[in-house]
Amino acid sequence: MAGRALIIITLAACAGVAGWTLSAPRPVALADAAGLEGAGDAQRGKVFFDAGGCASCHATPGQDERLKLGGGLELKSPFGSFIAPNISSHREDGIGAWKVADLVNAMQAGVSPAGQHYYPAFPYTTYAKARPADIADLMAYLRSLPAVAGKAQDHKLGFPFNVRRGLGLWKLVNFKQDALHHDPAQGADWSRGRYLTEAFAHCAECHSTRDALGAIDPTYRYAGGVDMDGGGWVPNITQAAIADWSAKDIAWMLKSGDTPEGDVVGGSMKSVVKNMAQLPDADRDAIALYIKSLPARAGPPKPQKK
Amino acid sequence: MIRIILTMGVLVAGVTTVMGQADPIAARKNTMKDVAKANAEVGKIMKGEAPFKLETVQAALKVMADSAKTMPDLYPDTAKTGGETRALPKIWEAKADFTAQWAKFGKDATEAAAKITDEASFKASYGAVLRNCDACHDAYRAPKT
Repeated sequence: MAGRALIIITLAACAGVAGWTLSAPRPVALADAAGLEGAGDAQRGKVFFDAGGCASCHATPGQDERLKLGGGLELKSPFGSFIAPNISSHREDGIGAWKVADLVNAMQAGVSPAGQHYYPAFPYTTYAKARPADIADLMAYLRSLPAVAGKAQDHKLGFPFNVRRGLGLWKLVNFKQDALHHDPAQGADWSRGRYLTEAFAHCAECHSTRDALGAIDPTYRYAGGVDMDGGGWVPNITQAAIADWSAKDIAWMLKSGDTPEGDVVGGSMKSVVKNMAQLPDADRDAIALYIKSLPARAGPPKPQKK
Repeated sequence: MIRIILTMGVLVAGVTTVMGQADPIAARKNTMKDVAKANAEVGKIMKGEAPFKLETVQAALKVMADSAKTMPDLYPDTAKTGGETRALPKIWEAKADFTAQWAKFGKDATEAAAKITDEASFKASYGAVLRNCDACHDAYRAPKT
């Protein structure tokens, strides 16, 4: 009897050690961290900032300046509320004291400078595909933006979602740090569009259905689903739904907010358009070309209407 | 017997017609569709898919200005729900603002129509009219479900 208890205790301890080890935050090993510092080009970084939609979440709500990145926006989810942090250049309250390597770690590994996991409400699942040199450009641009004082509130999450260490296990299952591979069948515009979309614009983070653990269900990637934040329905943007939209229609919508049906986009897409409208035409066209190339995928069944 | 059936049929047909005319939800949805359709034609010009045509632009602005005259009356207290409407309850809670937004849309469309005489004035003035659409939709139209 005592022997059995010992075995159980030993097994539990092993599981604990294994879980603790497996859930450890793993920063990226940067070969050239020092070389990236100070190498960024703010002008180029602005494109990644706008394509990445940073302002949509990090701009302080309730004011019009989208470059005041004081944070505070609340993102509701089934797990609780995530509050976007201050990413302004403020040294104490924002990320003004960060090195480029810190931003690379945050975006590519979802790990903070203090070595903690970030929640994937910050879409590092997408940003992980960004190249370090482009992240250095983004950092140069972020440093050029105003410092906003005041830390944002903490996330409002219930147990067990408030245990950050648990994200290590979530990452093991749901987070792949694979870079995009060059597709020789596609041209330079498409490749640029895919890179801006898959490494920055994170369209799929909203226009997909998520499973019970909050990971994107590959069957419904880009095929729409329930809006986690607002309770509406996020549309399918694969060719199953928008085959009658030309690439030009998509690019125009991203610039103006106007759809080829003569309607206007609403909700959080309005804020996406504000970012996208900042991009050079060629980049918007490239994104549109890539979205237009998404294979047709049927969306998830819609809930019965009452 | 046949007379009863015929009478019933006539009655049912009559009731349906009256309902069709007095169905504000259907009427406002049709009006909105007309606006979208006219605007989509202009959209082709804006995207460079169709050559500039003043008539197309003026026609769309007229549809918009006309809609602003009839639409505010299509939201009576009896037509808050039903008929798959995306109209939010807020419309009836903030009726004065809702009506004012329609008036502004109508005014903007009418003024743009007066200003737009060629492609340059079209490019300068048309987009601002459309910003009324998302301002109002954001406040008073439910997201698609």
